[in-house]
Amino acid sequence: MTIEPVGLLFDMTRCGGCRECVKACTKSHGLAANPETVTELSADARTCIRPNGEYNVRDLCRNCLSPSCASVCPVGALKKDERGPVKYDADKCIGCRYCMVACPFNMPRYEWKSAVPRVQKCDLCVDRLDRGEPPACAAACRQEATVFGKRKDLIAEAHRRIAESPDEYHPHVYGEHEVGGTSVLFLTPYPVEELGFKASLGTEPLPDLTVVVPRRIPAIVLCGGAALSAVWWITRRRDEVAAAENAAACAAHFRSRNQHGASPREDVDVEHRA
Amino acid sequence: MSSIAHDRPQFRLGFWKFVLMALIAAGVVVAVQRWSQGLGAVSNLSDRYPWGIWKAFNVLGGVAIGGAGFTIMGTVYVFHARRFQPIVKAAVLMAFLAYASAAATLFFDIGKSWAIWHPIVFWNHESILFDVSWCLMLYMTVLLLEGSGMLFERLGWLKLVRIQHAITLPAVMVGVLLSTMHQSSLGALFLISPGKLHALWYTPWLPVLFFVSAIALGFAMVIILARLAGKDEPAIPMPILGDVARVMVAILGVFGVIRVFDLAQRGVLGLAFDTTYEAMMFQLEFVLGVVLPMAILAVPKIRASASGLYVAAAMVALGFVANRLNVSITGFEAAQGGHYVPAVAEVIISLAVVAMAIVGFHFGARLLRVFPERGNSWGRAG
Repeated sequence: MTIEPVGLLFDMTRCGGCRECVKACTKSHGLAANPETVTELSADARTCIRPNGEYNVRDLCRNCLSPSCASVCPVGALKKDERGPVKYDADKCIGCRYCMVACPFNMPRYEWKSAVPRVQKCDLCVDRLDRGEPPACAAACRQEATVFGKRKDLIAEAHRRIAESPDEYHPHVYGEHEVGGTSVLFLTPYPVEELGFKASLGTEPLPDLTVVVPRRIPAIVLCGGAALSAVWWITRRRDEVAAAENAAACAAHFRSRNQHGASPREDVDVEHRA
Repeated sequence: MSSIAHDRPQFRLGFWKFVLMALIAAGVVVAVQRWSQGLGAVSNLSDRYPWGIWKAFNVLGGVAIGGAGFTIMGTVYVFHARRFQPIVKAAVLMAFLAYASAAATLFFDIGKSWAIWHPIVFWNHESILFDVSWCLMLYMTVLLLEGSGMLFERLGWLKLVRIQHAITLPAVMVGVLLSTMHQSSLGALFLISPGKLHALWYTPWLPVLFFVSAIALGFAMVIILARLAGKDEPAIPMPILGDVARVMVAILGVFGVIRVFDLAQRGVLGLAFDTTYEAMMFQLEFVLGVVLPMAILAVPKIRASASGLYVAAAMVALGFVANRLNVSITGFEAAQGGHYVPAVAEVIISLAVVAMAIVGFHFGARLLRVFPERGNSWGRAG
């Protein structure tokens, strides 16, 4: 049985900026940020509300369908759950922060002030999903600006809203195709660049750029090993041939010298040089 | 014993002893702070710049400098260029210390130092960093095997010397393969960030460029070491050093051609001649690391002088360290916004690690007699 992936749809035009989602998030995950004021993600805030003109925009990890962070993590501390969340296992994490370098959306945050630091990012409340509950933010939203559901249904709903009110929306569901698609989708009144979001990310999953490298390792080892052995054999053979030719030349020289009655002293010299 | 000390070049520290000791002491103070209060207390690392000079300079730069090991071992044992035999020991010791210092910095840099062994048991074979960590562990083992011969020889354990000699060739081949993989993999680390890394540095050729430059750096470091270890004349005879420089120039040429063709092919060669911050940093790395050394080594007089070789090699080293800093820091600044400037404590740690490697080389070179004796063809006298 295949699991139908879930996700969140955030509709900017419906958000009144009441911050119930941020409150629910900080409470649910025991984070220290002040939900009333936070406008930037941090180690203390997995989501935030940023006023943008007359609108408000939420920010949170997009939980990509092909997450770069999970692909690059050397110990597999970040993993894509087939339901949608990109889960984080703090016990496995070594703190290399490659996930932060790799994330095209700059979402993971690090506990720089802690002596036992962790990565912080939205995981779609995977613990609540386990209990059959929706993510805390979606449950808290009274405007239905953030809604939870099957990703397929959310995309259909987003396109329905765009078709119904073309004047209200920029005709693009941000996250439907970006870097192969994301679990968190955005409906915005204007292009996302104006929100400071990255727009030109392409539709190809980024891990495709790097997974080809590890896959080449067996070939590199086999071909490389063979090539090195060949070079070793050829250069050694070359030296052997050179030495043998040298010896033969010396022997010939030695014989001709003897025939012409050279002194024994010179012979020793020749032998030495060989 | 005492008579040998005179004709074998020594890697002397002199006045620098005090500087190195001060750096290491300062490093210990920073280390205590870092492990008690977290990375934020000692560094300017941030969510925008999660990787700083520890990774860029000590890890990427250190591993590239450690390229001396596989470069020279491969040249001597695989390509049978026996005239480079006298520099093998110095190259292996230096490579080992370069890798050890990179590993020490990583131990310091990662958030949870005590979890540094996790890649051994928690696998993600999709991750290039996972490959790199395994390559580094295996390669350091190879260098230890290679270096252990020196120690056994010194201790007079002849049976172990013989065993070590028997495994040298396979160990060298494994070492060359591992180096090829991890030097290029370090470049491949950045392939995941096409949207963030500036076009002057982001290229599918990053793995190849990292690999080729590590070879050039390997030869450059041999020249630098020979100069630092010798007092009036290089610790390695000039004719050999001249050959080393010639090979280095050839490899710089290969690197330069790939670099320029790649920029041209991607249609961004023009960016290199701009007056932007990125263009200037690119010019710095390329002129210093490639153009100038090749230019000055084209002059026969400079090529024939020990100082000339030394200056050219130092340029190569600085140029390619600049390259690693550019790939991992400069190239991200436009996309990430703002600038990353390392904190004083960060710089202290970076230098303290280098200081420890230098001290290690000082004692290692003395203990293991890594440099060939001078003007003495009688072999070992004691």
